[in-house]
Amino acid sequence: MSILELHKVSKVYGQGDNEVDAITDIELVVERGSLVAIMGPSGSGKSTLLTIAGSLEEPTSGDVIIDGARLNGMSRNDKARLRRRSVGYVFQDFNLLPGLTAAENVSLPLELDGVAMKKARAKGIGALDGLGLADRADSYPDQLSGGERQRVAIARAVVGERSLLLADEPSGALDSVNGESVMRMILNACHGGVAAVVVTHDAKLASWADRVVFLRDGKAVDETLAPPSPEELLNPNVANPQ
Amino acid sequence: MSIRHSLLALLSEGPKYGFQLRQEFEQSTGEVWPLNVGQVYTTLQRLERDGLAESDDVEADERQKNYRITAIGDEELARWLRTPPDLSEPPRDELVIKVLVASRLMDVDVFDVIQIHRRYVVQLMQQWTRLKEDEAQLDLAFALAVDAELFRLDSVIRWLDSADGRLRRATLEPIGSPKQNSVALPSIRRRTGAHR
Repeated sequence: MSILELHKVSKVYGQGDNEVDAITDIELVVERGSLVAIMGPSGSGKSTLLTIAGSLEEPTSGDVIIDGARLNGMSRNDKARLRRRSVGYVFQDFNLLPGLTAAENVSLPLELDGVAMKKARAKGIGALDGLGLADRADSYPDQLSGGERQRVAIARAVVGERSLLLADEPSGALDSVNGESVMRMILNACHGGVAAVVVTHDAKLASWADRVVFLRDGKAVDETLAPPSPEELLNPNVANPQ
Repeated sequence: MSIRHSLLALLSEGPKYGFQLRQEFEQSTGEVWPLNVGQVYTTLQRLERDGLAESDDVEADERQKNYRITAIGDEELARWLRTPPDLSEPPRDELVIKVLVASRLMDVDVFDVIQIHRRYVVQLMQQWTRLKEDEAQLDLAFALAVDAELFRLDSVIRWLDSADGRLRRATLEPIGSPKQNSVALPSIRRRTGAHR
């Protein structure tokens, strides 16, 4: 079942002579449980695609469907509700609220959605626990390391019954071992049934995805085919019988 | 990769038989580099000939011999570990040559060529990354060996991205600009020629 569908989605900024095509005729379907990476150089439209997929921005034309709900014609309030319930974001700079503890940051989207504070807090702590951060629940963001802050951001993105996880350069400035843990967490969320889209220019992160879509000048120009089994790398004779 | 020194390293832990060395070599590289048993025995014979390893079982068949490292072997191992491999000569990289050639041919879309290689390398990286997926089963030596391959492939992607950007910029330069030929093959050839 598909969680995210983009059909002929385009976004144009500016008008007349200043018109810029940010993305053009994007077709993208992300199934439940799958992880898709979007790769492309700066200015190729990766972030625009992600903000439109998360309904943070309106496309100029085309259809966006999240969790079976078509965004075209949906009221602002309905969109906001859909975002809170179905979509989790992870940003490059983590975007945690500095005045709230880790647990409060994670449970905030649930509370905004009307879940009682106690219940929301319990779910928030559960999400932190799932990422090995239960003992940091009462710490404020400035008391956490970069890797811990990013884990809190991921916990916040997957808490509740979210079905779609969108991440923009999710490893931020983390080193490669921490970057790998971030991708591992996102992959685990996918194994739990979440659909994820990760935008990155880092092939090491993108290679965690089931499918990699290459963006160039706002267009999806190519994508990976299902790679052969990894065991073939260790037994070259299997792949190459000569 | 030096099988010779890897076997010396294993012998520095204590005396061992050939089959044991093969098994431990494969384990220590996370089985990323399989080794055939013939290579092990040939290498052991040479280590013995050069005085780096020895065995009391002089008359025995190769397979029955228990080898140990000698004092010279220990010194050789220490020297080898601290000697950086020679990276000064750029490897003759087929992928680089393909992109350079494509960039010169009028009827070939070099960006298309770059993308074909980029997709292939990313797919290869996906395969390697899958091997790291199960963290609980991830052996440290294996993870290090897989990382080495991933970083090597990642550098290929980075070069392709950079070549892509550089070529795009070059195509935007006005005709007749002195920079127009900066990506062309002859200048590269001149540089490698001077190097040799």
